Amino acid sequence: MNMNHMIMIAIGSIFLNNFVLSRFLGICPFVGVSKKLDSAVGMGMAVIFVMTLASFVTYLVYYYILVPYQLEYLNTIAFILTIAALVQFIEMFMKKNMPSLYSALGIFLPLITTNCAVLGVAILNIDTLWPDGSHYTFIESIWNGFTGGVGFTIALVIMAGIREKLELADLPESMKGLPIAFVTSALIAMAFLGFSGMKIM
Amino acid sequence: MDIGQILTALVWVGLLGAVFGAILAYASKVFAVEVDPKVEKISGILPQANCGACGFPGCSGYANAIVSSGAEINLCSPGGKEVANKIAEIMGVTAKESVPMVAYCACNGTKENAKNRFEYYGPKSCASAVFVSGGHKMCDYGCLGFGDCVEACPFGAMGMGENGLPYVIDEKCVGCGACVRACPKGVMKLMPRGAKVYLACNSNAKGKEVTDACVVGCIGCKICSLPKTTPSGAIKMDGDLPVVNYNIEDTLTGAKYKCPKGCFIDKGDRSKSADQIAAEKEAFKAEEAKAAEAAKKAALEKAADQKA
Repeated sequence: MNMNHMIMIAIGSIFLNNFVLSRFLGICPFVGVSKKLDSAVGMGMAVIFVMTLASFVTYLVYYYILVPYQLEYLNTIAFILTIAALVQFIEMFMKKNMPSLYSALGIFLPLITTNCAVLGVAILNIDTLWPDGSHYTFIESIWNGFTGGVGFTIALVIMAGIREKLELADLPESMKGLPIAFVTSALIAMAFLGFSGMKIM
Repeated sequence: MDIGQILTALVWVGLLGAVFGAILAYASKVFAVEVDPKVEKISGILPQANCGACGFPGCSGYANAIVSSGAEINLCSPGGKEVANKIAEIMGVTAKESVPMVAYCACNGTKENAKNRFEYYGPKSCASAVFVSGGHKMCDYGCLGFGDCVEACPFGAMGMGENGLPYVIDEKCVGCGACVRACPKGVMKLMPRGAKVYLACNSNAKGKEVTDACVVGCIGCKICSLPKTTPSGAIKMDGDLPVVNYNIEDTLTGAKYKCPKGCFIDKGDRSKSADQIAAEKEAFKAEEAKAAEAAKKAALEKAADQKA
């Protein structure tokens, strides 16, 4: 395990290539579930959970099924299939064995079954190359999934905090609700652009 | 084109799908959670307004609470008696009578009636207005008039009047109490649907303070709570503000006509003309005078009897 790589992946996927604010993946829950801080945190936890597991499973599917049979070009459809089945399975498992966790995350799980951030992390795990031309290892993929989820959660929580305050702001009628949310997210994204000046390679 | 490659793709993706499908089908059997059929039945009966009047998160939450933790079955305010009875049938218990309620605004401080302490230019919501030294109205208890209650109403039963006070459309109101929770001043209150007269003031301040702030504020004179005015005892004083106990049936006409500030509002008067209302007031006064005279006479006769 290369410690340097791990740190780079963490900083990279939380700040530099934040899934929402730099890669523009997972915008749907970012706008849809950011009205209240509580549900934003719940959604964030669910995304961390699913992204980590999705990285785990898709890595195995890719390197042990798709690569040996030269089916790499089918990765998108295979990953969607895998992730959807996985999330469904986890939901059932949690409902039976971890009711408390289910009531905390349960309602968010079906929302992210086919979320593009989750599919995105799976594909990025496969596509990203280190400067020396090597791919992410198994552990690095899972770590990338986890930190990607953390980055998503941070963005979501910031957004929810701002939107809770915006509820009380005196806005023109036409800007209330989603319009101001879009403007806000654009401003946050611009702020996050500042991180791209960091050189970590 | 290599047919073999197409076949491998078909076989492997098909296999992947079949395996996942099989796992899910198996898992749905193994991890099946038994849901009490009663929960679904009750959910079906509840109005699905998800208003939260029962104190549980949504209608399904309430259905769950009834079955698993034995919550009262008459808490659904929109559904009322009908729903309570149906739930009672399913649960095999008898429903206690639940009184249908309607919301009302316990403030008559219209733009003309109530004075302002200062001009408020902030966001147009009571929740933020109340942050600026408790609101712009001189009265600390009154309605701020930005209509947070109107926005909170899930049934469209409220509106904002021209006079700066919210009004309740009784036919649409189900008494869920969403407006009561939304009001930062606690001006929105609930009363039984059958009752007609309510106290349209929320001020617990002393007389002088009230008269400075509002023309129609309750000054705490206690006249309405006197046994002479309300013999049934339905009105009790709580500090400087009377409280109506709707459990005691009373038309409250005494309080309505005798209140020097006219704080008691009769919903029945809404459909009457001004002349009619005035006539009724006269009639009440005349009757009152007659009764007073009769009492005087009786007292005199009694005194005469004692002398003799």
